[in-house]
This record gives sequence, structure tokens and C-alpha cells, in this order.
Amino acid sequence: MPRVVVDVMPKPEILDPQGKAVLGALPRLGFSGVADVRQGKRFELEIEGEASEEVLAQVHQMAETLLSNPVIENFTVRVEDASGAEVLA
Amino acid sequence: MKVGVVTFPGSLDDVDAQRAVRIGGHEAVALWHGDHDLRGVDAVVLPGGFSYGDYLRCGAISRFSPVMTEVVAAAERGMPVLGICNGFQILCESHLLPGALIRNTEQRFLCLDQPLRVENNRTPWTSSYDEGAEIVVALKNGEGSFVADAETLDRLEGEGQVVARYLGNPNGSLRDIAGICNERGNVVGLMPHPEHSVEDLTGTGTDGLGFFTSLAAGVFA
Repeated sequence: MPRVVVDVMPKPEILDPQGKAVLGALPRLGFSGVADVRQGKRFELEIEGEASEEVLAQVHQMAETLLSNPVIENFTVRVEDASGAEVLA
Repeated sequence: MKVGVVTFPGSLDDVDAQRAVRIGGHEAVALWHGDHDLRGVDAVVLPGGFSYGDYLRCGAISRFSPVMTEVVAAAERGMPVLGICNGFQILCESHLLPGALIRNTEQRFLCLDQPLRVENNRTPWTSSYDEGAEIVVALKNGEGSFVADAETLDRLEGEGQVVARYLGNPNGSLRDIAGICNERGNVVGLMPHPEHSVEDLTGTGTDGLGFFTSLAAGVFA
């Protein structure tokens, strides 16, 4: 069963208070060298049948309609195999 | 007037909103998220709370509930709709209002007596106020920071669609925006809670009552 992954990230121009809080916490824990952190969401959709172009077009629609809010977020869609490696659709 | 108040799974302030509607001189009609009709109401309030647990994004799932199909259609015909807090988030997710509400800049859930300035008293929800009136109502939110792109913000300001502004910005909302309306003015979204400020016995006074008495003035299209 192919897995389609949708990554949703806050748009670059939108302030990301959660990412900022993580960024602030890292040096307090002794981690250095991180210039910025942005926090997003990852959706894993297990697809029945093949991850055809038609299916991927549908996933794009799902991402636009429900999974992301296009006012504040961008998204990407990709296909993974069972091992988590990216498959070229 | 008959004013519908929608209850979603996870709404918290629906009963307070119904009470505010009655104190404002109207009949409150309880509407359920699964309803396919608006039971003949003349206006609708979407109350505060955490509909669907705020899962995915605040208001993102409520937007697709059956009653919202009816609310969107009625709003497009000119029916007055007021979204408070989570209701504001639902209106943005439904694209009835522009912009979005994101997490407060300081990451904290806020609960305050919040001073506001009423910038637009030409909506059916604000006509009881003088333009520029300064009021204090309850504010309680975790994701109340209003954002939109600069062009949208300019348009909102230019067209008088900013309904209320914070005096002392609590949550990082761009241009201190606490509430906005659509182009027609019948759909208003407000982050603070006027329904909690309608009686002297509780809350911050009665400054919020104007949102519920304004309807009687009947200035809507």
C-alpha cells in the first residue's frame, strides 16, 4: 500500500511562535548552532491501490481544502514506499 | 428578532451567547452543528470554545459541518452573522472573512479584561456603539493572533472593515486588529467575548451588551 505524505508548513512570512519557542529552548539544553526552527505538520495517507496521478491530484485537493489553510500555510505532496524512501511519482 | 446560536461539539460559550441574546432583547434559538436548516432565524452567532477539540486547526473541521453550509449561504444573502473567538476562527476557515488566527505571540493562553476601540459602528452588530467608543470586555484565547498579508490588511483598513482594535495588543495581532467584517458588513468576527460582559453581576461590566442590542436598530441590508 503506497503512502502519500503531505507536509504542511507555516508560510515563511507568517510568524511561527511554536518554532520560536523550540529555537529558544535548544541553547538552554546545550545545543548550539541552530539558526532558526519552523514547526509544521506531517500527514501520512495510506492509499488503497496505486498512487496514480489521479490519486495525487486528489491528495492535492485534500491538502488545499482541509489539511492546510492556504492563507497561512504551504504544503508539499510526495509518495513513500514501505521503508520510508521517497518514490518518484 | 430570532437569533440562532450554533452549538458545535466542543463549544463552550453557546449558553452565555444565548443568554446575551436574550438580555439584548431577542429570542435565542439553539442550532446544532448537524442541522440542515436555520429554523427561521434572522441572525446567527457562532460562539467561542474549542469545536472539535481544535484538532487540525481551530475551526477547520467545524467549517464542514452541515449547519455551516446554511450559515455560509445565509451570510452571502446578507444575514447578520457574528463569530466570537472560535466562531471568528470558523468564519476565517469558511472564507467568509479574510485572514487567519494563529497562536498568540507569547505562546500563552490569555484571560484578561481587554480594552478595545470600536472602529466601525456601521455593522448590524456594532450600531449601538459610538464610533471610536472604548469598551472593556473579556478576552480568552490561545490562538487569537490575527494575521493576513499586507495587501489584505491595507484593504481591511481602507474599506473600514476593521471593526475593533485592541488598546494594548495582547496576542500579536497585526495592526492591533481584534475584529473585522466582510465587505458588506453583515459578517463580523471578533476575538474578545462581548457575551461575557452583559451583566453587572459577572464579568467586566456591561460594555459587551451593545453587540446584542445593535441588531434591534435594524441597519442591515
